[in-house]
Amino acid sequence: MTIAFAATLLILFVGWAGSALGLQYLFGVILPLVAGAVFIIGFVWKLVRWAKSPVPFAIPTVAGQQRSLDWIKPSRLECPWTTPAVLVRMLLEVFAFRSLFRNTRAERTVIDGTPRVTYFSNKWLWLFALLFHYGMLVIIIRHARFFLDPVPACIAVVEFVDGVFQIGAPRFYLTDAFILAGLAFLLLRRVVSERLRYISLPADWFALFLLIAIAVSGILMRYVCKVDINQVKEVIMGLATLHPVSPTGIGSIFFIHVTFVSVLLIYFPFSKLMHMGGVFMSPTRNMKCNTRQERHVNPWNPWAIDDPQANYHKYAEYEDDYRDAMVEAGLPVDKQPEA
Amino acid sequence: MAKMPTPEELLAATPASFPKEGWMDTKPDFHPGSYCYPAKTDALQKLGFENAHEWAPQEEDWNLPENWEEIIYNSLKDALEKHRSLKLFMDCCVRCGACADKCHFFIGTNDPKNMPVLRAELLRSVYRKDFTTAGRLLGKYAGARKLDPEVIKEWFIYFYQCTECRRCSLFCPYGIDTAEITVIVRQMLLDLGLGINWIMNSVKDCNETGNHLGIKPHSMKEIVEFLCDDIETITGIRIDPPWNEKGHEVVFITPSGDYFADPGVYTFMGYLMLFHEIGLDYTLSTYASEGGNFGSFVSFDVAKRLNAKMYAEAKRLGAKWILGGECGHMWRVVNQYMATYNGPADFLETPVSPITGTVFHNAAATKMVHIAEFTADLIKHNKLNLRPERNNHIITTWHDSCNPSRAMGILEEPRYVLKNVCNNFVEMPEHTIREETFCCGSGSGLNAEEIMDQRLRGGFPRANALRYVHDHNDVNWMACMCALDRAALPPLVDYWVPGVTVSGLHELVANALVMKGEIPRTMDLRQEDLPFPDEDPAEEA
Ligand code: SF4
Ligand code: SF4
Repeated sequence: MTIAFAATLLILFVGWAGSALGLQYLFGVILPLVAGAVFIIGFVWKLVRWAKSPVPFAIPTVAGQQRSLDWIKPSRLECPWTTPAVLVRMLLEVFAFRSLFRNTRAERTVIDGTPRVTYFSNKWLWLFALLFHYGMLVIIIRHARFFLDPVPACIAVVEFVDGVFQIGAPRFYLTDAFILAGLAFLLLRRVVSERLRYISLPADWFALFLLIAIAVSGILMRYVCKVDINQVKEVIMGLATLHPVSPTGIGSIFFIHVTFVSVLLIYFPFSKLMHMGGVFMSPTRNMKCNTRQERHVNPWNPWAIDDPQANYHKYAEYEDDYRDAMVEAGLPVDKQPEA
Repeated sequence: MAKMPTPEELLAATPASFPKEGWMDTKPDFHPGSYCYPAKTDALQKLGFENAHEWAPQEEDWNLPENWEEIIYNSLKDALEKHRSLKLFMDCCVRCGACADKCHFFIGTNDPKNMPVLRAELLRSVYRKDFTTAGRLLGKYAGARKLDPEVIKEWFIYFYQCTECRRCSLFCPYGIDTAEITVIVRQMLLDLGLGINWIMNSVKDCNETGNHLGIKPHSMKEIVEFLCDDIETITGIRIDPPWNEKGHEVVFITPSGDYFADPGVYTFMGYLMLFHEIGLDYTLSTYASEGGNFGSFVSFDVAKRLNAKMYAEAKRLGAKWILGGECGHMWRVVNQYMATYNGPADFLETPVSPITGTVFHNAAATKMVHIAEFTADLIKHNKLNLRPERNNHIITTWHDSCNPSRAMGILEEPRYVLKNVCNNFVEMPEHTIREETFCCGSGSGLNAEEIMDQRLRGGFPRANALRYVHDHNDVNWMACMCALDRAALPPLVDYWVPGVTVSGLHELVANALVMKGEIPRTMDLRQEDLPFPDEDPAEEA
């Protein structure tokens, strides 16, 4: 945790120093361009790397009644046997975190002097994970206003809804609260729960600190140390259209924010954050539960039962081993024993 | 089990908190009872494992082959190239901890390395070191660690403390399936010549004799004749099941535990009585006398080899389709792997029930029907004359075995059958049944006697739920359809919830089944007196 924290502070310092030392072009233009490229190439590379390995077996996790007899109601979404049903299962997983929704908490207690376990439904992780991810999604959509000119109407709508409470000026966005609440919860449970502390790696803390730093620097920039939004837009449009505009004159907070975001983009493809891509490819979720009805083909299947190289113990060999005893016991044989 | 602590002592001895040091710095504990006995060298050699060697878990030196690091590296590389699942599962975990308290071993032991996430990290840390740039450069700070013999030992302990039940994968937001990782690590360990006797001996026997128990063809026939004697005593009807005969419509294959071990044998008697009553045109086979597949716990390749016999035998005998008995992991293999491993089974036909005419479209590729589906269909069509009152002294609950639930989804069929043959049925509490069911704690080849302590702990969540309905609803019976459960649950239940009997489904079916020409029943299949015996028409008259 300390290491991850130190690393985050270091990035903060570097971002600030960059702008203070007059390296605005490096930090405001070159770094984000490189980061964007690394992100896109890295992401695709990772997906390709995964896709290169085949899926030899159909191993969906079955979470409901199978389809068998006509009069037994199968569970269409928990044991999906058609492609559309699998799609819905995937959509529920990706957009509603179906599996996390199932979460329970096992608690050991003592009842009448004997040890017991009780299970409670536990949806906090689901709730805050949703808050965080949706907060993040909307914020990314909102940021599109910096990349697009004119700003499409749909983004304006998102912004309007997000700021519907009309508190403060500039208007306070709900998602800023969501993302902070989500991240705070994720961080707190990692600190408080013995289990999570024990399993956490530096990378787990780092990802959280980095995201928190991005959110906080972004919020500061919007509400506290305000920067010239028009100039920011020009700079970012320049990046998006690959016609960079010099970013001199914008406040340091902007460079700090941009540095954090760039680090995130560079870090993303090489980290656990790739779960964003992985969730779509997980064979326990994206396969049909119709494995007895349709044969799944394994591309590296070594042999078929009639192949000469098939190395299972064949019936003929088995009969050779036991022929006499079989005949004596009155079991039919393919080859009669020699008299 | 003379030295076993009481349940209270066992759980009181569970550590209340985690070790102070991080998990990379704690070493696995090797004391008798914490590990399974190693596989015999000749058994592994017979199966073609090149690095089979003499070793003992409690020794410091495991006599690993000289180039063991290279072997592991290549083995992991090969697995990554063959399985997209593994690559994803290595890269995507966010350590959210949702899976942590879902594992029965973690609930029973509070050992942090039994949290599925950490179990997977045991491999993931090595993967990072060898297969990711960050891990190579940053080492520990990127969650990577160097492979050393201690890591191999840790794998041996913790990947043989996972029953591949997939409960964790149900709750993981990315569907990370520790069961898949466990099979692959066990495969890697086998590449080093490290396996456990309980599994590998069964695999060797199954390969040679056709079943895990190593029963030879003539003995097998004899054993079943004894069971038929018992059926005759109970019902007055003599059954003479066909063996290895060509030209029958159906080959029936069930786990070998059903031929041999109590209480599985009663379930087996149940099958025979049912088939006799409906006049099924079937045969048994000594060559394919094993439905289960211990190979599937440790290696995809070995699993395929054992599984191949089912199709090969059905083809040789000219059957039309295969009917499968009550088993857990057998059905994981049949449902998710069989057609892929050894299909397409074009020489068979889409199964049709000869009694009801029901076409089992859901088995169109694999051509194999589960007996609970088959019997549920018979009952629905009123083809069985049932007298559930004979089971009136039983208040039963239903244990969903992990594999049929989360690798197949056969939840309602057995319940329908059970409710039709037993008047008193009670569900265990939610979060412990159906897709969320708890494993018996002895699955995936861990029903070895030497690790009884671990098995009892792993079985605690299951027993705990049973305890609840035992206390609240007077449940005195737990039915299930898994051969490993039938073997593993009785000692577990005696320990945690004495007073509950474990049985298969078809034992209860056969108790209730009124057969044509039978004598009035006074005994159940275990030859215990029925509290509510049939009325004797002779006496009435
Ligand atoms: S639930 Fe999945 S992502 Fe979360 S810690 Fe467990 S394996 Fe990792
Ligand atoms: S598969 Fe089952 S036993 Fe293995 S880690 Fe997951 S929950 Fe635990």
